[in-house]
Amino acid sequence: MTKMISIEDFAFSRRKLLQGAGALVVSAAAPAVAAKKARAATAAFGSAVKPALKPDQLDSFIAITADGKVTAFFGKMDMGQGVDVAISQIVAEELDVKYERVTSILGDTQTSVNQGGASGSTAVQNGGKAMRAIAAEARRVLVEEAAKRLGASVGDLVVDDGVVSVKGNAAKKISYADILQGRYFNHKLKWNKRYGNGLYSEGKAKPKKPSEYKVVGQSFPRTDIPGKVYGTSPMITDVRVPGMVHGRVIHPEKAGGMPKAFDASSIKHIKGARVVHEKGFIGVVANTEWDAVRASQELKVTWSDGGNPFGDQKNLYDHIRKAKVIAKKHDTKEGDVAAALKGAAKVIEAEYEWPFQSHASMGPACAIVDANPKNAVVWTGSQKPHYTAEGVAAILKIKADDVRGIWVPGPGSYGRNDAGDAAAQAALLSKAVGKPVRVQGMRHEGTAWDPKSPASIHRCRGGLDANGNVVAFEFMSKGFDRQDVRSNESKPQDNLAGQQIGAKLRPAKTFRSPEDMYNVGARLIGWEVIPPFIPRYSPLRTSHLRDPLGPQIQFASEQFHDEMAEVAGMDPAAYRLKYLKDPRDRDLVKAAVEKSGWKERVGPRKDQGGKTTVSGRGISYAYRNGTRVVVIAEVEVDKTTGRVWPRKFTVAHDCGLIINPEALKLCLEGNIVMAASRSLYEEVMFDADRVTSVDWATYPILETPDAPEVIDCVLLNRPDKPATGAGEAATRPVSGAIANAVYDATGRRLRRGPVTAERVKALVS
Amino acid sequence: MAAPKRIKLNVDGKPYSVTADPEMPLLYALRNDIGLDNPHFGCGLAQCGACTVHVDGAATRSCSFTVGQAEGKKVVTLAGLGTPEKPHPLQKAYVDEQVPQCGYCVNGWIMTAAELLKKNPKADDKQIREGLAGLKCRCGTHMSIIRAVKRAAKEMAS
Repeated sequence: MTKMISIEDFAFSRRKLLQGAGALVVSAAAPAVAAKKARAATAAFGSAVKPALKPDQLDSFIAITADGKVTAFFGKMDMGQGVDVAISQIVAEELDVKYERVTSILGDTQTSVNQGGASGSTAVQNGGKAMRAIAAEARRVLVEEAAKRLGASVGDLVVDDGVVSVKGNAAKKISYADILQGRYFNHKLKWNKRYGNGLYSEGKAKPKKPSEYKVVGQSFPRTDIPGKVYGTSPMITDVRVPGMVHGRVIHPEKAGGMPKAFDASSIKHIKGARVVHEKGFIGVVANTEWDAVRASQELKVTWSDGGNPFGDQKNLYDHIRKAKVIAKKHDTKEGDVAAALKGAAKVIEAEYEWPFQSHASMGPACAIVDANPKNAVVWTGSQKPHYTAEGVAAILKIKADDVRGIWVPGPGSYGRNDAGDAAAQAALLSKAVGKPVRVQGMRHEGTAWDPKSPASIHRCRGGLDANGNVVAFEFMSKGFDRQDVRSNESKPQDNLAGQQIGAKLRPAKTFRSPEDMYNVGARLIGWEVIPPFIPRYSPLRTSHLRDPLGPQIQFASEQFHDEMAEVAGMDPAAYRLKYLKDPRDRDLVKAAVEKSGWKERVGPRKDQGGKTTVSGRGISYAYRNGTRVVVIAEVEVDKTTGRVWPRKFTVAHDCGLIINPEALKLCLEGNIVMAASRSLYEEVMFDADRVTSVDWATYPILETPDAPEVIDCVLLNRPDKPATGAGEAATRPVSGAIANAVYDATGRRLRRGPVTAERVKALVS
Repeated sequence: MAAPKRIKLNVDGKPYSVTADPEMPLLYALRNDIGLDNPHFGCGLAQCGACTVHVDGAATRSCSFTVGQAEGKKVVTLAGLGTPEKPHPLQKAYVDEQVPQCGYCVNGWIMTAAELLKKNPKADDKQIREGLAGLKCRCGTHMSIIRAVKRAAKEMAS
């Protein structure tokens, strides 16, 4: 039956949570009794009192209860790739306990510190690194205490599943649980004073050597799957709070319009429905969800005319070309590109284009807020509940510490989607009606009104000497901002509700460049950013979508390297082996080439004349924050329809130390399929005054008939290298691999993404 | 909108009575009147499948099928298809293949595949892919979905 989450939960402390989980840490005895017990236990290890939830306390991250169970409190979220499993593995490994003893609890601002939420594929890379050091420190202090109790030196002790014993004398032993007796460690850590992705805390302990790993490197299954498959795990959309009512927010049909007037009588036939209006924000609240949906559809609102802010979509790339530049940067400046191009025997140029894309999460975002005059609780599916809580506090004008954020898994998240907007909307509605309000968007809010991945153009120039060596590479992107709204929704200007009540967009004035991994002579690599179409509340505001700017940049850079390879008379894989600087990268190229059976060839296939369905292969490489990926795509192109079927992908992946190989493989498959969908089908469509991609019919994504036949993954484990992210890196090279494969098959190069059937048909006919 | 009326429903083998606008989508009755968690609102337009249930054995998008239409029919949700103790072969295969990521789309795939395999237990790769067309998964778990459906088909045949 329905799981009710009580509002009284707001008052609960972490102590109570632990009790509730059947893992008693401290007796909830009356104060006098507790004081007596505390006196009696003065000689005991640790403390009966829980230290404040700060990153400089071991207890903020790890608890060991009297029954020997271990809980890890983690300030990053899992979007369905098994982050909690990986963290439990890392903690179990360092503590020397069985994996099954450990549970990781994610994403409640009252039980975990802000480690940045799901962000930049850093759960294992940053969060896991901290948890490794912290768990190692927990082991160290427990083993030191065990040494005292057993009258032995630390060097003579071994730990097996949480039991410390003397080497060669197994009878002399004590367990972690017996040492702690349900108390807190009360042990200080050295904290780097940073919150978010950069948070790092450690003690004096040195983590294990990878060669000693027993738990890390094994493929433990996900913990959340049975509940999802049997329909028994509530998601964010299933949270029901006593007294909760339902809200919906109303957006103008035409972008840029603001509500001028509304007719409350238009919904008076819906019992209990009412309008909430504050400046540009207009929503409805009703007792049942269906009534809220109807009220939002039937309320008559008069909107101001927003004009035609977007212009004709046909002119999108011309608009970008001509638009004024508000920020510019060269990320790589190596040698004198102008001189090198001037002196080159051959110069080639190309320009590539990529559209706006939508998160289009599986369900429109949902949030529940219970706003009181001085405090609030927000239940959210956002990747970053700590920041969501801050955002709710800001919009309610109360202190951030007085808002509790509780993350509940939601309908998919791949960056800054609409979840951060739903939370602030629910907050405004709850404040207005004085009751907990649940908001879930309708489909158009998840597609038309979510933050977008920016549209861009990419200008490339390359120079080759008389021997075909690349001597110059220039790559300049120009596009909409990487973040009109920040990837965390902690400020009113970074969520829709805040913008609706007047906060202006504040573009971050950043973009991204392809990483400087090719040794291709003199290099100038950078970007230019243009202003948003509308400087406020807009369905074409931009923010992070899975591997922010990766697909568009690699669509350009990896095609252009192929274009240079052909001019140089080189096979595309051989080109990468020649010019990639790092041996780790060259190993990946070799692994992918070998696995896929790649045969060297210069230029496109020429043996398919007259055929209706032609096939081709394309290679692409990407580096992302320490992780490297090579993807080889093999496609079939139907020249009559233009349909491109990405029949096979070979993925060679190096993210350093692998924590859980099977989970990694499944994560890579998801990356590849989603990226293939974006490469082949996804383009946000708009008219001059509105976004017209509003649902799955107008924003199609990949479906099973077009899913690949095979995705072959080669996982290069590098236990001696730090574990880096895997949630996004494999997304990056897919667009380039597909485009290169289409070129190989057809001999025609498509420089505008996505590679739709319509465009391919026009290209080959 | 029609006047609210008492509607008798049979969901996952249990009788329920709800008072609702008969034109209301069945999904809202399942989620809010009966209190089930598993059918999800994905689009409200029958374009994605996240709300799929069986109505008299047929995979049906409950966001676009009214509660009035469901009266007198047998409605089965994902939670009624099988349980951890008595799983449907597809549910077991989904766990074995570790299919879902966010899991919001699961109802559509499993309920649709269950009907597909019932009608065509020997469905081949092409028939499975075409039979599941129209369903959405944003996490891109299509490869493991197809593996799981094949695994379940094999188990059901043995």
